[in-house]
Amino acid sequence: MTASTNDFVIKFANVNGSGSASANELFAKAILRMGVPVSPRNIFPSNIQGLPTWYEVRVSAAGHLGRRGGVDLMVAMNPQTFEADVREIEAGGYLFFDSTKPLPPGVRSDIEVIGMPLTMLCVKHYDDPRQRQLLKNVLYLGGLSMLLGIEADVVETLLSEQYKGKPQLAQPNIDAFRLGRAWAKDNLKHPLKFAVVRADNVGDRIFIDGNSAAGLGCVYGGATVCAWYPITPSTSVAEAFEKYCHKFRVDADGKRKFAIVQAEDEIASIGMVVGAGWNGARAFTATSGPGVSLMTEFLGLAYFAEIPATIVNVQRGGPSTGMPTRTQQADVLSCAWASHGDTQHVLLFPEDPHESFGFAADALDLADKLQTPVFLMLDLDIGMNQRLCKPFQWDAERTHQRGKVLDAEALESGVPFGRYRDVDGDGIAYRTYPGTHPVRGAYFTRGTTKDADARYSERGPDYLENVHRLKRKFETAKSLVPQPIIERAHRPTSIGVLYFGSTSPSMHEAAQRLAAEGLALDLMRIRAYPFPDSVRDFVLAHEQVFLVEQNRDAQLRTLLIHAFDLDPARVTAVLHYDGTPITARFIAGAIRDRLAAVRQEVAA
Amino acid sequence: MTYIAKPKLHHPSLTRNRVGFTRRDYEGKISTLCAGCGHDSISAAIVQACWELDIEPHRVAKLSGIGCSSKTPDYFLGQSHGFNTVHGRMPSVLTGAYLANRDLLYLGVSGDGDSASIGIGQFVHAMRRGVDMTYIVENNGVYGLTKGQFSATADQGSKSKKGVENTDSPVDLVSLALQLGASFVARSFSGDKAQLVPLIKAAMKHRGAAFIDVISPCVAFNNHGGSTKSYDYVREHNDAVNRLDIIEGRAAIEVVQPDDGVIDVEQHDGSVIRLRKLEADYDPRDRLEAMNFIAHHAAKGEVVTGLLFVDADARDFHAHLKTAPTPLNQLDTAALCPGAAALEKVNAGLR
Repeated sequence: MTASTNDFVIKFANVNGSGSASANELFAKAILRMGVPVSPRNIFPSNIQGLPTWYEVRVSAAGHLGRRGGVDLMVAMNPQTFEADVREIEAGGYLFFDSTKPLPPGVRSDIEVIGMPLTMLCVKHYDDPRQRQLLKNVLYLGGLSMLLGIEADVVETLLSEQYKGKPQLAQPNIDAFRLGRAWAKDNLKHPLKFAVVRADNVGDRIFIDGNSAAGLGCVYGGATVCAWYPITPSTSVAEAFEKYCHKFRVDADGKRKFAIVQAEDEIASIGMVVGAGWNGARAFTATSGPGVSLMTEFLGLAYFAEIPATIVNVQRGGPSTGMPTRTQQADVLSCAWASHGDTQHVLLFPEDPHESFGFAADALDLADKLQTPVFLMLDLDIGMNQRLCKPFQWDAERTHQRGKVLDAEALESGVPFGRYRDVDGDGIAYRTYPGTHPVRGAYFTRGTTKDADARYSERGPDYLENVHRLKRKFETAKSLVPQPIIERAHRPTSIGVLYFGSTSPSMHEAAQRLAAEGLALDLMRIRAYPFPDSVRDFVLAHEQVFLVEQNRDAQLRTLLIHAFDLDPARVTAVLHYDGTPITARFIAGAIRDRLAAVRQEVAA
Repeated sequence: MTYIAKPKLHHPSLTRNRVGFTRRDYEGKISTLCAGCGHDSISAAIVQACWELDIEPHRVAKLSGIGCSSKTPDYFLGQSHGFNTVHGRMPSVLTGAYLANRDLLYLGVSGDGDSASIGIGQFVHAMRRGVDMTYIVENNGVYGLTKGQFSATADQGSKSKKGVENTDSPVDLVSLALQLGASFVARSFSGDKAQLVPLIKAAMKHRGAAFIDVISPCVAFNNHGGSTKSYDYVREHNDAVNRLDIIEGRAAIEVVQPDDGVIDVEQHDGSVIRLRKLEADYDPRDRLEAMNFIAHHAAKGEVVTGLLFVDADARDFHAHLKTAPTPLNQLDTAALCPGAAALEKVNAGLR
């Protein structure tokens, strides 16, 4: 392990509920304020108090925001996981521990050990047991700031901001920080091989989690009804929506321009969204995989009855508790084809909080324009971790696009109305909101059994006309969804890589790494389903195509091959699904190995 | 089978109500239910109630789940938007619709399979929240469209058409609604239009969750001896606690003495529900007494009908949520979007 400035990984191993989260977050933010990019990740259990939890911070002057893998400095505060945590440290790295108790014998000799008697210092300086526990976190923050060269002023400013208006809390925290820093200065060898040095690599970027960004996007996108049911890791979407609504949508007289319902389950959540959408309000729900499973019957109805609905799905590991606090992209198929009958749904794949914001607003527009459910597919990695990203943008001229709706004036003027007539040839019919006109525009909404004028019909030709129009509508969607983004290699190459969502930062880093090794890759980031034809063109234009996903079954690959009737041999899956975010090391390794194998096959 | 529209011939002598509509304007398609089905009487009662209340048909949104009863919204109020949703899930869709536009009247029609079995959770929570709606369960104790299985409201010991005895305890939706906080709870019988029409009118006037359980015999599968949901059984065991009239706010309300067997309940819009007591001691303003009374009479095999409970001062879900008076579906970008400048401030706070 060689010395490095502004480029290392530090991991905090804590006990859930010990108050470490805010100190750790402050640590990450302090480095950002010094102009150095960081990407932190929470690795947490399904638990409120007592179980192990980790906070991993990657410091990267180059701006790599994906998980790197490996740990250079372990802050081992949890006796339960101590041994495993120590094993994770890269050779030549550091172990930082509470030296109030002696180190267990036999700790690795290839790492450097730094002891700071945190508990003893707390017992000495504080009487209140809770204070002892909370300020212990701030003490190690002080110690680490000294060891790594983090500026004291920056941390103290952040502490003051955090306890703004609560001076009785701010001062003890600042004092504890100074105490830790002074102790480290007097007693520990510093600086370490890894140091933070002020730089200017952050720019105007913002630091926020994707769930909060999506919640804010729903406010900007004009959602007025939010019905949801608590489920990790999506709960903070609804909570953020509520927070921003209280900030932006309450009249002077206290009246609210929004309605949020914590429903009895996910079935009721989507039912309310469908009811609100049918009645002309923009509505969304936030959920995760199991919630989508419960919603599927309604999703089929919404597809066939053509009702706008936005579903924020923050993906996670599968059923039960435990893995659900880990990340995956494993709901691609269950969302794309959710429900009974011939159904297909629109999916959007944001890469970070910036796009989570924008795509949330776009999803509400798309749902109205296409009169259909639209999924915003986050995952735990971007949903629940703060991520450095471009600032949110909103065009001041932008208005909400409500799609094809006939109002009272249009109906009064005698515009002919048939709810499911394809007047414009794009598969999208005109709709009316209930209560619009006394004698025109009313219709009866049901699933499949109807003719183009929404009259009850069990006739085969009427059914066919309808489902074929729905297929045309899905074709139309291709041009309305966010288009894929291509990044060409610096020289022509026959190798292309497709990827989507939270894989983005690791993918970029892997491509850089492989480019440095002489391997040129064209990249295409898929941002939505249905796939625009440019995705097929990209696949056909490359001899060797990789598709990087964070699930076991190459779900997006299945969709892709199905969408364009591609030869499955054309697309090689690179799959990562152990619940941790995918790394550049993994992607680069997988692509390198696969290409080497191909070369061997060719040579043989 | 597609659909049959009723001929739109208006006899000139058909009486028009205050908003210019005849009864025919409140009708829908021709029913496809069995001849003699109680549900068709309920549809007719809804038509009558809306006509008498001078409701503009397009100001009603009618929603249902799945089942025989849930087919009926196609058979009344043809000028209203209707929504045949998912089995047992009408309450959530209605709740969402109601959140989107607080200015319409919401009529939910469901059945005992729809509301007491698959959808009991949604029934429960819609009542708890005080969604402003009229929720009618057309209760026949049996699954009709799937040909005669017991539903959860079938009485213990009652017999199916094939002679099988039901051993499960029944769900009494009226008692459940009372316990859950519904602010208007009634029971009626599809064969008693004189009782049912005023009840529907009162429910539609009520602000908050109004629930009417209407015993509606299934002539095909549950109208035999041994059934407790047959025409004969309900007629014999019907114990009506009151009769009511709806007196619109615009009419002069004659003063009545409190002790002459009449209770006046003033509604939020100024109209008055005038209850003529048939059961001397029954006061439908007392929730606990209502629950007690119903339980005692049920134990004797009697079907208590009438307006069983009303709280005219109830607040609805929008009041709880403090929603703006303008319907949410009418708010435009300017009203909803904080704008680019506000976003710059948000950005600044995230650095």
